[in-house]
Amino acid sequence: MLEVKHLAKSYQKDKPALTDINFKIDPGNFVAIIGPSGAGKTTILRSLNQLIKDDAGEILLDGEDIRSANKSELRKLRRQIGMIFQNYNLVERLTVLENVLHGRLGYKSTLAGVMGRYTEDEKREALDLLDKVGLSEFALQRCSELSGGQKQRVGIARALIQHPKVILCDEPIASLDLASSQVVMKMLKDLIQELNIICIANLHQIDLAKEHADQIIGIRHGKMVFNDVADKLDQAAITELYGTAVEEKEPA
Amino acid sequence: MNGSKLTAAKYLGHKRLVQSGVLLLVGLIYVVGCYLLKFDTIQGALSIPKAFSWLAINFMPTHESMSYLPQILNKLFETVLMAIASVVVAAVIAIFFAILGSKVTGINKFMQILVRGIASFFRNIPLVAWAMILLFSFKQSNFTGFLALLLMTIGFLIRAFMEIIEDEAGEAMLALKATGASYFQVIFQAVIPQIIPSLISWILYMIENNVRDATLVGILTGTGIGFIFDLYYKSFRFDAAGITVLSIIVVVIILETLSNQIRKVIL
Ligand SMILES: Nc1ncnc2c1ncn2[C@@H]1O[C@H](COP(=O)(O)OP(=O)(O)O)[C@@H](O)[C@H]1O
Ligand SMILES: [Mg+2]
Repeated sequence: MLEVKHLAKSYQKDKPALTDINFKIDPGNFVAIIGPSGAGKTTILRSLNQLIKDDAGEILLDGEDIRSANKSELRKLRRQIGMIFQNYNLVERLTVLENVLHGRLGYKSTLAGVMGRYTEDEKREALDLLDKVGLSEFALQRCSELSGGQKQRVGIARALIQHPKVILCDEPIASLDLASSQVVMKMLKDLIQELNIICIANLHQIDLAKEHADQIIGIRHGKMVFNDVADKLDQAAITELYGTAVEEKEPA
Repeated sequence: MNGSKLTAAKYLGHKRLVQSGVLLLVGLIYVVGCYLLKFDTIQGALSIPKAFSWLAINFMPTHESMSYLPQILNKLFETVLMAIASVVVAAVIAIFFAILGSKVTGINKFMQILVRGIASFFRNIPLVAWAMILLFSFKQSNFTGFLALLLMTIGFLIRAFMEIIEDEAGEAMLALKATGASYFQVIFQAVIPQIIPSLISWILYMIENNVRDATLVGILTGTGIGFIFDLYYKSFRFDAAGITVLSIIVVVIILETLSNQIRKVIL
C-alpha cells in the first residue's frame, strides 16, 4: 500500500507548488492524477520516488518512509518503483533488450551494472516481457528505430523488470496518437491487475482517465481538490478543477 | 487576447528599431575606423585583383616544384598525426571534466563553476599565445606544438561535451536514476551511449580544425608542415610554398569528406 501524508513542496519561497497532499492507494489500483498544467502533478510523481526532494510530509510504501531513507535504502526503494515518461526516456542508441535490462540496474553491483553484465535469468525475463508487450521481434533493434507507441512499450517492459510495487507514469500518452494511446493504456491497466501493483498516471485527457482509472485525484494550484472513484468525477467537479474554460486557456 | 497581439506588434517594432540601430552603429564604426587608419576603401578594393594575380603568378607550382613533394608529404603526415593525437588525448581528458562539470551529471555547484572556468581559460587564450608561452619551457619541438593544440582543444571540447550531455543525456539519465541505478551505472549505461554520436562528430570536427591550426603552430615551433612552408617562403621558393599550401588544402578536404562519411554512418 502507498500512503502519502501532508506532502508539501515549494520551489521558491512563498510560492508553494504542493500543499498538504494526502492519499492512500491499495495494490491493483490504477489512479489518475488530473489537473491543469502547472498544477503540480509532475511534482507529486517525482516526489514519490524522490527525484525531487520535497519539503515535508510522509511517503510510505508498505510502511517504509521513502523520505527518510539514506542513499542505499533509497536505491532499494526506487527499484520497487517503476517510472514511465512522456518522452519515453530510453537510451536511443542501445537495443530494445538493453533498455529493458536497464530496469535491473538497481539490483546489481556497481561494476556489473557499469559493464552491462546481466544474468541469463534476467535476459530470459527481459525477452518474456518483450513478448508480453508485443515487441519480441524488435529485441535486438535500436530504440531509435521504433515508433512512439513501441518506445513506450519498451518503457513499460523496463519498469516491469524491476518487479515494482508501484509504477509512476508522467503523461505516458501525451506524445502518442489515439490508437497507440489506447493500446498503452489498456496494456498498463491489464498488467496492473494481473500483477496486483499500483499505477499512478498523470493524465490530461479527462475522458481517458475516467475510462481507465479506478480512482482519480484532482490537483489545482498544488492543492488536492478531488479524490474519489472515477465515476464520481462529474461536470461540477471538472469545472471546479479546471475553473472556467476562459480563465485556464492560454492566448494562442 | 487583444493585449497580447498589441504587445507582439510593439515587440516586433522594437526589434526592428534595434536592428537598424545596430546596422547604423556598425557602419559608423567602419567609416570612423577607415578614417583613423587612413584606409581608402576604393583603393583597397582595387588592389585585390592585383594581389591575386601576383599570388597566382608567384605561387603557381611549376614542374620542378614537384620534386619538393616527398618532403612536403612527409611533413604533412607528421602534422596530421599531431592533430589527431592532440584531439584524441584532449577528448579523453575533456569527457572526464565534462561529466564532472555539466549541470546534469555534475557533482556539485563548486565543481561546475570550476570546470567552466578551466574550460573558458584554456579556450580563450589564442592558440598562438599558447604556443609562444610553451616555447619558453619546451623549446622548438613537436611536443610544444602538441601541447598548445592539446590545451586549446581541451578547452573547446569540455565546453562542447558539457552542452551535449546537458542537451542529450538528461532524459535517459533521469529514467535510470529512477530505477535505482547508481551514479556510475547511470554514467556508463545512459550518458555515454547516448552522447557517443555527437561526441564523435565533435572529435572529427576538431581533427579537421587542428590540421589547419597545426600548420600555424608549426611556423612558430619550427615543426611539421608549417615549418617547411615558412622555410620555402622566407627563401623565396614561392612555387614550393604554393604547393605546400595546395597539399594542405587537399588533405583538409580529404579529411572533411572522410569525416562526413563517418558521420553519416554513425548518426
Ligand atoms: N524545477 C522547478 N523550479 C521552479 N519551479 C518549478 C520547477 N518545476 C516545477 N515548478 C513549478 O511548480 C509548479 C508545478 O509544476 P509541475 O509539477 O510540473 O506541474 P504539472 O506537472 O501539473 O504541469 C508550476 O508552477 C511550475 O512552474
Ligand atoms: Mg507535468
